[in-house]
Amino acid sequence: MSENDGQRFDRLPATAAEREVDGRATREEVVDWWADRFGISPETFDDHTFWEKGAGKIWIFAGDAPSPITIEGLGMTFLRTRQEHWKPTTDAVQRFGRLATKNVFELTDEQAERFVDGQDQEIPYDGDWGYVIAAHELAGEREPIGVGLYVYGELKSTVPKGRQRSV
Amino acid sequence: MEPFERYRDVVDDFEAFIDACRRSLPMAVRVNTLKATPEQVERAFDEAGVGYERADWHPHVVRVETDTPGATWPSIHGWVHGQEEVSTIPGTVLAPEPGDRVLDACAAPGSKATQLAAEMDDAGTLVANDNNLGRLSALRFNCERLGVTNVAVTNRDARNFSLKPFAAGGEHEGPQFDRVLVDAPCSCEGTIRKNPDALDGWSEDHVAGIAGVQKGILRRAIQVTRDGGQVVYSTCTFAPEENEAVLDHVLEREDCRLVDYDLALEHDDGLTEWRDTEFDPQVAKAKRVYPHQNDTGGFFTAKLEVSA
Ligand SMILES: C[S@@+](CC[C@H](N)C(=O)[O-])C[C@H]1O[C@@H](n2cnc3c(N)ncnc32)[C@H](O)[C@@H]1O
Repeated sequence: MSENDGQRFDRLPATAAEREVDGRATREEVVDWWADRFGISPETFDDHTFWEKGAGKIWIFAGDAPSPITIEGLGMTFLRTRQEHWKPTTDAVQRFGRLATKNVFELTDEQAERFVDGQDQEIPYDGDWGYVIAAHELAGEREPIGVGLYVYGELKSTVPKGRQRSV
Repeated sequence: MEPFERYRDVVDDFEAFIDACRRSLPMAVRVNTLKATPEQVERAFDEAGVGYERADWHPHVVRVETDTPGATWPSIHGWVHGQEEVSTIPGTVLAPEPGDRVLDACAAPGSKATQLAAEMDDAGTLVANDNNLGRLSALRFNCERLGVTNVAVTNRDARNFSLKPFAAGGEHEGPQFDRVLVDAPCSCEGTIRKNPDALDGWSEDHVAGIAGVQKGILRRAIQVTRDGGQVVYSTCTFAPEENEAVLDHVLEREDCRLVDYDLALEHDDGLTEWRDTEFDPQVAKAKRVYPHQNDTGGFFTAKLEVSA
């Protein structure tokens, strides 16, 4: 097994049998994680490839490119791996989270405003602890805002500083 | 406004032009069709009590009555992107399609790149390049916020943009592009309504210096486009040295021609002469948009086809 090189993008191996870099997530594990955690079906990502650049940082790219490739960016940052609890990015949740069927927190207008402002709040909820999708209703549809961490009865906002707003 | 005196004889109704340049610019956003329809955006602005008006010339451009569109839900969700109306012209003229291979040679901070990605419906490859690393991080931020996944970001001087990083195994270079946008660095005269100090530091030497860079970037853009592919050249400035003269220079040296296109905004044709210089008559196919014509910023756009 070789080491991860943080300066370039490497396509994820399809399955564990093809893994050559220690600790690297596989495509199968990534799509299965979204299915298990949020009920988003693996076919959603059929036209996308997944890449690692920087330890544990997984990127999603529409289409394909030669691997490895040394450029500044390839698609969108998607998921943080190489840690006990994998964590989706705000942008990934905003883009794909409409398809989620579980672990979605539907917030009221006031709760949504606090969430996007970066505030933590106590909210009763009987779902799983861990990373959840915070959503609210906009123009008649449920729209994902970002990633929350639900623990001990509290919804922590993980909206990055640069994406926080006071509405 | 002193530097604009030299346009007195080429701009119709010069006084109206100067008056418009003194007025501030209406706020506009572009609907990001990767995430929402214009109807959804309008409904969300209604819910937020924000007034708006759709531009009659472009289905995705909306003028909004707020100074802070960034603090509204449609922006937080990436349904809209704050973008000057005229800045949507080149992407609309290039009109890439899903599956195309597209280069945006001077892409940061990504207003036009994200528009190109939306026109491509996020399918096919969009290479977004800029030589300024700091500005590239703003581009990445905007692409991600707007949900773009088909963008590959490179940090090169566009004058010697390289196809090598995209070479498949065993090949020396990656594929050429179907369409290329050159939204060139320029003297920014047309942004005066947004930046009242846009003309600070203006000089003919400065203009001449930038024109040299523009020529190099446009030539390289043509070289990396496949035969029959298209290149759009745009600037947000009026100076003919940075517009028609650049086209004239490149038409003479690269295998390409200017082509006609439609634009549903009031505009002038490209200038076929400036001071004592006559340009290739094809440059009349380029279009100049002046601030007083449509109550917008100023802009210049030309469409080229690479000869087969
Ligand atoms: C008019 S701005 C581009 C705006 C961008 N297209 C948008 O819509 O957001 C011009 C850009 O060209 C970049 N630039 C200047 N010289 C360059 C060069 N030689 N190669 C590549 N990019 C260059 C600047 O850093 C700047 O970001």
